[in-house]
Amino acid sequence: MTMVFGIPLSVLLGQLLLGLINGAFYALLSLGLAIIFGLLRIINFAHGAQYMLGAFVAVLGLNYLGVNYWVALMLAPLLVGALGVLIERGLLRRIAGEDHLYGLLLTFGLALIVEGCFVKLFGVSGLSYPMPELLKGGYNLGFMFLPTYRAWVVVAALVVCLATWYMIERTRLGSYLRAGTENPKLMQAFGINVPLLITLTYGYGAALAAFAGVLAAPIYSVTPTMGANLLIVVFAVVVIGGMGSIMGAIVTGLAMGLIEGLTKVIYPEAANTIVFLVMVLVLLMRPAGLFGKEA
Amino acid sequence: MTSLHIKQDSLALQPQAVRERQQAAQRRKQWFYLALLGVALVAPLAVYPVFLMKLLCFALFACAFNLLLGYAGLLSFGHAAFLASGGYVTGFVLSHYTGLGTELGILAGTLASAVLGLLFGLLAIRRQGIYFAMITLALAQLVFFIFVQAPFTGGENGLQGVPRGQLFGLFDLGDNLTLYYFVLAVFVFGFAVIQRTIHSPYGQVLKAIRENEPRAISLGYNVDAHKLLAFVISAALTGLAGSTKTVVFQLASLTDAHWHMSGEVILMTLLGGVGTVFGPVVGAGVVVTLQSYLSNGPLGEWVHVILGAIFVTCVLLFRVGIVGWVLKLARRNF
Repeated sequence: MTMVFGIPLSVLLGQLLLGLINGAFYALLSLGLAIIFGLLRIINFAHGAQYMLGAFVAVLGLNYLGVNYWVALMLAPLLVGALGVLIERGLLRRIAGEDHLYGLLLTFGLALIVEGCFVKLFGVSGLSYPMPELLKGGYNLGFMFLPTYRAWVVVAALVVCLATWYMIERTRLGSYLRAGTENPKLMQAFGINVPLLITLTYGYGAALAAFAGVLAAPIYSVTPTMGANLLIVVFAVVVIGGMGSIMGAIVTGLAMGLIEGLTKVIYPEAANTIVFLVMVLVLLMRPAGLFGKEA
Repeated sequence: MTSLHIKQDSLALQPQAVRERQQAAQRRKQWFYLALLGVALVAPLAVYPVFLMKLLCFALFACAFNLLLGYAGLLSFGHAAFLASGGYVTGFVLSHYTGLGTELGILAGTLASAVLGLLFGLLAIRRQGIYFAMITLALAQLVFFIFVQAPFTGGENGLQGVPRGQLFGLFDLGDNLTLYYFVLAVFVFGFAVIQRTIHSPYGQVLKAIRENEPRAISLGYNVDAHKLLAFVISAALTGLAGSTKTVVFQLASLTDAHWHMSGEVILMTLLGGVGTVFGPVVGAGVVVTLQSYLSNGPLGEWVHVILGAIFVTCVLLFRVGIVGWVLKLARRNF
């Protein structure tokens, strides 16, 4: 058997693949955070709860309404996105002029409420979601076994990330968004409906989180706290990448997933903490983050 | 030093009447503090001392946190790490070196938190605002995972049965009432340190940095050093609160290190009134009372939902907090 650094190649590649999947989730979530931050200047602490809601829409939809995986993949982002629109219109807008830290605190409170309710209703042990028929099984690549679903997660996440990047960097709507990030007042003077843009942006960010949640449902256990723990790692990813660029968020997310996977092989004890350690290193050497613009 | 001189000069220039009014206000304040202390001294006759001690520990925790948020304008989302490290170190020292006085155990915990605060601070003050909050949260999560895996913390079980020991080898802290007066003394000490910090020239500079950082820099203040010192003081006092809490409950556990705890202390401060002297004390009182009240009742499982709802309400409608609101009323009517 081929060995790399004294580790069987198949083990190494297997862990790297798992890392890549985690990285795909980091990328999707940090992308959503970065988009919301760009226009609203707040950190969406409810992002983890929205991710969790996405997974629960899939599970509950299947159990009670017979909604299959593919429908859930469309339905969950729509529902959670709509909820995001309501949150922005009803709550976040009221504190738009205040210190941005209040946005963080408000969304933190919302996350506590949503997660608390779900813990009460479904307990903490977690529900499982069956693998969709079409994506069962896998391919034997000769040097390792590649489960179809895991390949699908990476592909789907990458497609959504790149589509989002294209929409923001290459379309007219995206140019409005970028201009709004730079100078919302001037945009409004030009006759662009900035408040609507803000609402849609928050809704889109929430929808991205829900999409990630549905993707996660068949491979991770669906629990009320699944988002909260993930979110803190994503915060570290955001600090590492800096929120200056969309592509930066995607690349950093994937890279951190891979580094985490690699750590699991080389020194498993540090697998939980490696992303935070990388954050410390980045802060020491490049405080603005790898892709960050402001000091 | 400069700001102190200016203050004295302007005092000398003021007319007699203004000075007298200020002195009267000062006297009223002193009477108020004395009355509060009197209430605290007789409180254990009416209320279960362990509950009061818990309250005092969390009040000190919230006051230490408020020093950072209210006076330096820095929102730390990682203060649970300092509370827990103080608790773990004190618990470890008191369990393994039983001959040692309790005061030395608490000192060790406080020092450990101060050192950790220095490390956190050096990293976190490199960024501002929202990034500062995210960095402190991530660092605290790092510490949480270390506590989960490290051999000396007892993992999921925590450190149980920590001996309360003796104070200066004289007083047996096993007695709840004796311990209460010790905890009260610790709180008064911590509170006095915070008061002294806020009202010193250093505290004035902190406020200036909070209000307008570029201006403070242009006036020649070393902004980073000031922030770092505030962070270390806050972390040390948080550690003091955590250490004392461990002695009271004879327990150090992962609950203290969890990010929920960092959220709770923010809620206490916000609810009581950010940047007010007594706000965090009141906020801690309300939250701790609410928690122990709810956990015994039918609503026990809804604690986080209720805390979250208070959070949202505070941010939307009640940003001044309870004490801030009372002060506003008082100013309007007197």
